[in-house]
Amino acid sequence: MPKNDVAAVRLNGVAISFDLADRRRYDAVAPTDLAVGENEFVAIVGPTGCGKSTLLNATAGLLRPASGTVDIFGVPLSGINRQAGYLFQQDALMPWKTVIDNVAIGLEIAGTARTEALKTARHWLERVGLGAFCDRYPQMLSGGQRKRVGLAQVLIRDPRLLLMDEPFGPLDAQTRQIMGDLLLKLWSEDRKAVMFVTHDLDEAIALSDRVVIMSAGPRSHIIGDFPVTLERPRNVAEIRHDPDFIRLHRDIWDALRDQVMKAYDNTAGAAA
Amino acid sequence: MNRSLLLLLQILVALVVVALWHLASATTLFGNPKTIAFFFANPLGVAERIWTWFSSGSIWYHLGITLTEAALAFLIGSFGGVVFGFWFARKPLVAAVFDPYVKAANALPRVVLAPIFALWFGLGIWSKVALGVTLVFFIVFFNVYQGVKEVSQPVLNNGRMLGMNERQLLRHIYLPSALSWVFSSLHTSVGFAVVGAVVGEYLGSAAGLGYLIHQAEGVFDVVGVFAGMFVLMGFVLVVDGLVTLVERKLLAWRAS
Ligand SMILES: Nc1ncnc2c1ncn2[C@@H]1O[C@H](COP(=O)(O)OP(=O)(O)OP(=O)(O)O)[C@@H](O)[C@H]1O
Ligand SMILES: [Mg+2]
Repeated sequence: MPKNDVAAVRLNGVAISFDLADRRRYDAVAPTDLAVGENEFVAIVGPTGCGKSTLLNATAGLLRPASGTVDIFGVPLSGINRQAGYLFQQDALMPWKTVIDNVAIGLEIAGTARTEALKTARHWLERVGLGAFCDRYPQMLSGGQRKRVGLAQVLIRDPRLLLMDEPFGPLDAQTRQIMGDLLLKLWSEDRKAVMFVTHDLDEAIALSDRVVIMSAGPRSHIIGDFPVTLERPRNVAEIRHDPDFIRLHRDIWDALRDQVMKAYDNTAGAAA
Repeated sequence: MNRSLLLLLQILVALVVVALWHLASATTLFGNPKTIAFFFANPLGVAERIWTWFSSGSIWYHLGITLTEAALAFLIGSFGGVVFGFWFARKPLVAAVFDPYVKAANALPRVVLAPIFALWFGLGIWSKVALGVTLVFFIVFFNVYQGVKEVSQPVLNNGRMLGMNERQLLRHIYLPSALSWVFSSLHTSVGFAVVGAVVGEYLGSAAGLGYLIHQAEGVFDVVGVFAGMFVLMGFVLVVDGLVTLVERKLLAWRAS
């Protein structure tokens, strides 16, 4: 039996710094504690540049924290996080592979026979609504279609933990809602642990079980942690009119507003 | 623009040039035709010469030699460029140490190497291949180096997160990225392979298009020189066309 008290992710005092030119250091994230439950969908919201991607990269094992430790399902992380699937903020599909090859590659490199991998990939592409686009190259897809390919590419490996960094960032409002509903539908099947970064508070509340707020950098830290108790299944477009949603939104926004202003002042000041 | 119209216009340019050339060398319109024909040959004579070469079949031997030299230079130079490009890109220390030497070697005009290569490899095809290799190698080398260095970081991280080990990263990400740079410079490197072969032949050999042109020049056979140049141009056009076909296949993923 799986022990339910083992968190999927546990950050223990994780701090992250970057070496800048001329021997200066930039302390992006101050020591941070955060736990994500095994079936929990956690949204992380914060002003731009506060260190959300950085925190995900540390959880993914792509970035070594300056101090603190990362535990993944109770095991200290060293090197790449093998339990995690990561949907990146930037375009990360291999442009020289067709859509279906991009999706199948995760299985192929793990030793699955090619025909088998292609069959599963086709199945996943159909699930994200791109069954007709298998043989296209990523450059021939719209931004939203590419994000869906990315989703299939990650989910085909059936990771126990999903890291998503503004996966719907560049999309228009309607497409974001459609993608949100698609994500919730896929997620509800096996309820993987999710860390979902977004700057859209509506999206964060509509999708998640918990919204975590980060302060503006430098030395960014968590300044708020709000449980979202809205009932599931949810409809991303309609839930915005739910009175509980509106109340929660007001509470979180009160905490977030100051930070957004501060982040803006910081960068404006640095630019001047 | 319509393709056939474009082709028509391109042919028209050739026709106009040949017509002017013919008028100049056969009528008094632009001066003494004898003098003009002495310096520039005349199109009918050149056409006749080319026809003789092809109908007697003697040209195929020379074309075959030049093609072999160019192809070998291209293959060897590309292979070396890929291997060294990878090595330098993955080992910054190596790249830093050899940087001035690579730059110096690349700045050297290749013509000065031709006699040395003739000394080392004899007057057969290998001295020409060597000359072509020194040209092709650097083009491919710099492109592979760039291609490996500029692999997109998110794509690389994505590969890692999808579970690729170093070997798989090389095969699925570094190599395709580097090759896409090599392919996009295919026209240049194939062109330089031909240049290396022809210049090598020109400077000392017993066969090939460069040899043919050099022979004709030696006896002031202007018609032969021009005929040789036209065959060379046609040869280059055909090779370039083939490269375009290959390129279209290999770089299909680049949206136009
Ligand atoms: N490689 C790096 N070197 C130096 N500084 C970096 C590096 N990567 C990120 N930073 C800095 O760390 C801070 C956090 O960056 P991060 O990308 O995590 O922000 P973010 O919260 O994801 O922002 P956004 O919402 O705009 O994506 C920023 O101030 C950024 O300038
Ligand atoms: Mg980010």
